[in-house]
Amino acid sequence: MSEKKTRRIWDVPDDENFYYGHTACQGCGGALAMRLALKALGTDVAVTIPACCWTIIAGGFPGHALKVPVFHTAFETAAIVAAGIKGGLEVTGRKSTISLAWAGDGGTFDIGLQALSGAAERGEDIIYAVYDNEAYMNTGIQRSSATPPGAWTTTTPAKRPNPRPKKNLMEIMAAHKVPYAATATPAYPEDLIRKFRKAKEMAGQGLRFIHILAPCPPGWKMASDYSVHSARLAVESRVFPLYEIEDGGRKYTINYWPKGIPIEEYLKIQGRFRHLFKPGGEKWLEAFKEFVEENWNQLVEKHKLTHGTTDNIPRGYYK
Amino acid sequence: MSFKKVTTGNHAVSYAVWSSRVQIISAYPITPQTQIVELLSEIVAEGKLQAKFITVESEHSAMAACIGASATGARAFTATSAQGLALMHEMLHWAAGARLPIVMANVNRAMAPPWSVWTDQNDSLAQLVTGWMQIYNESNQEVYDSVIIGYKVAEQVHLPLMTVLDAFILSHTSEPVEIHTQEEVDEYLPPYDPGEYYTIKTEDPRGYGLLTMPSDYYEFRYKVQRAHERAIEVFKKEFKNFEEVFGRKHWFFEEFMMDDADYVIVTSGSLSSDVKYAVAKLRKEKGLKIGVLKMRVVRPYPFEEVRKVLGDRKKIAVIDRNIGFGYHGVFYEELKSALYPLEKRPPVFGYIIGIGGRDVTPADIEDIIDDMLKRDEMTEIIWKGVRL
Repeated sequence: MSEKKTRRIWDVPDDENFYYGHTACQGCGGALAMRLALKALGTDVAVTIPACCWTIIAGGFPGHALKVPVFHTAFETAAIVAAGIKGGLEVTGRKSTISLAWAGDGGTFDIGLQALSGAAERGEDIIYAVYDNEAYMNTGIQRSSATPPGAWTTTTPAKRPNPRPKKNLMEIMAAHKVPYAATATPAYPEDLIRKFRKAKEMAGQGLRFIHILAPCPPGWKMASDYSVHSARLAVESRVFPLYEIEDGGRKYTINYWPKGIPIEEYLKIQGRFRHLFKPGGEKWLEAFKEFVEENWNQLVEKHKLTHGTTDNIPRGYYK
Repeated sequence: MSFKKVTTGNHAVSYAVWSSRVQIISAYPITPQTQIVELLSEIVAEGKLQAKFITVESEHSAMAACIGASATGARAFTATSAQGLALMHEMLHWAAGARLPIVMANVNRAMAPPWSVWTDQNDSLAQLVTGWMQIYNESNQEVYDSVIIGYKVAEQVHLPLMTVLDAFILSHTSEPVEIHTQEEVDEYLPPYDPGEYYTIKTEDPRGYGLLTMPSDYYEFRYKVQRAHERAIEVFKKEFKNFEEVFGRKHWFFEEFMMDDADYVIVTSGSLSSDVKYAVAKLRKEKGLKIGVLKMRVVRPYPFEEVRKVLGDRKKIAVIDRNIGFGYHGVFYEELKSALYPLEKRPPVFGYIIGIGGRDVTPADIEDIIDDMLKRDEMTEIIWKGVRL
């Protein structure tokens, strides 16, 4: 396990490639994630941003808050514009530059899925990162196919919350046989940085996909200082396990064995799940738990298929 | 040395793209455009053209890939038709707004429903306000030349350009085309050098397409319009340069038997050949003083030039292979507007014909000319050959 090497006291570079002057909300998980991702990738990076919160966060004309070029594009085109940029950089003799597509869950799970599927299947030489805040937050918290079951959004009111399980995009990417797919959250900065570094090192091998759970205080209806806390609870309660899929979908590795704290601890700090704990909310709570358990059990089986055991999964304190 | 090759309109596009040293080609197949990219993929696979070919999963992505590539300073090309062009629509605005000199070939095909693969101009004319320049072609030679001129002009004014050829009548029909050597084309169109123009560079980390407040957005649009106005002058210069290098004349339109013409038929695309045939016949047989104005560049619209050649005529008929529903033929309405500022202007009659690839014969054109001669008052839309 390579984790041993990175388990130093603090392995987060001091370099700041994301500056003040951005316009993210307080506690924005998407902003934290970008800061960490650019610490891992450095500045030889061109970022493509489709319509999403980051359209705003990057900053308005005439300035922007990143130390790397930012190309804004239409909602459904992050993957292919990043691929076009990579192609253009290649044919104009700048092969080393990383092309990073940075999209929200709407632009990835929904409207951008076709272009992402095309780019993944063709093996475009890009890193595709989705900062998943589990709804269309930029337009005001409407449901996306990344919204978890039972969640309130402005298009799935508490009386009739989101009825469907969250789309499993990691499995969709694995089915495309991408060389690398990983989950990460800003609550585990070293893990996130390691994954972006790994994606960078795999340049030339195809599309590398990183699924980041990015808490959204206004959208999740919680205090802004709960951002990192909620992401940590999501991992510890197995709602959002940290894992990697390598070798074109063949090799599954769970990076951290969660403590398995009650899912309620994660749900109760978020207003979007408040109705789950009111009369009539039991069935949604059950639906949520079922969804989490099924995902986790399947994932453990896949880890076992790869490694033959779960004993090699780091337990306890994990950065 | 250049050589003559009997080739289709589609392959004429491919050869021109090859000689233009295009670096990124991204396309999605649609009848009747497929041969353009099939031949290009062979040319790239054989290493004859140093380019990257991206076989995308939709036309929307084809244009998006060109946008990404062009933003880095690479010369980019795509080709499409009808439904594909319509699917690209969002990204057409993006390419023009981002001021990217992409060149695209669009094979004019009728829009569904009902399904049709045959020619009319509604697909490309629906994109007139996207900010793209548009050139229409009558022959495969014009198609070939328009790609090369297209890059030369587009890269100077930082606007994308669409060259348009008729489905099957040009796309799949072979005729002799003068193909030029790489050296000859290089002399006119050197490899793309974006120079100081802001392309994506990590050492100069700019933002592209940032959110812009009403206090600034307006000026971005004004500048696109100014670029179109400037393109008129650049086209003039480049038509002249092209003639010097390749010996062929191009202009915003072609004048045929116009010197002493009292009557003018305005048309576009391959339809123009039928019109020319009928006009030459009527001149010979009846001594009718009639000529043809074939529109080529319609964005930017050459207002001054059109007024100069049409202002003094007795009557004008515009033949449109398109219909702007609820209004009229697009070329007809645009021409009327262009002539409006003149103090004395001829009556203009608008005819619709050949929609969805319905065959148009010189006899149909003679009928239209007869009809125009009889009319005095300008009238509403005139449909030719509708069967009910």
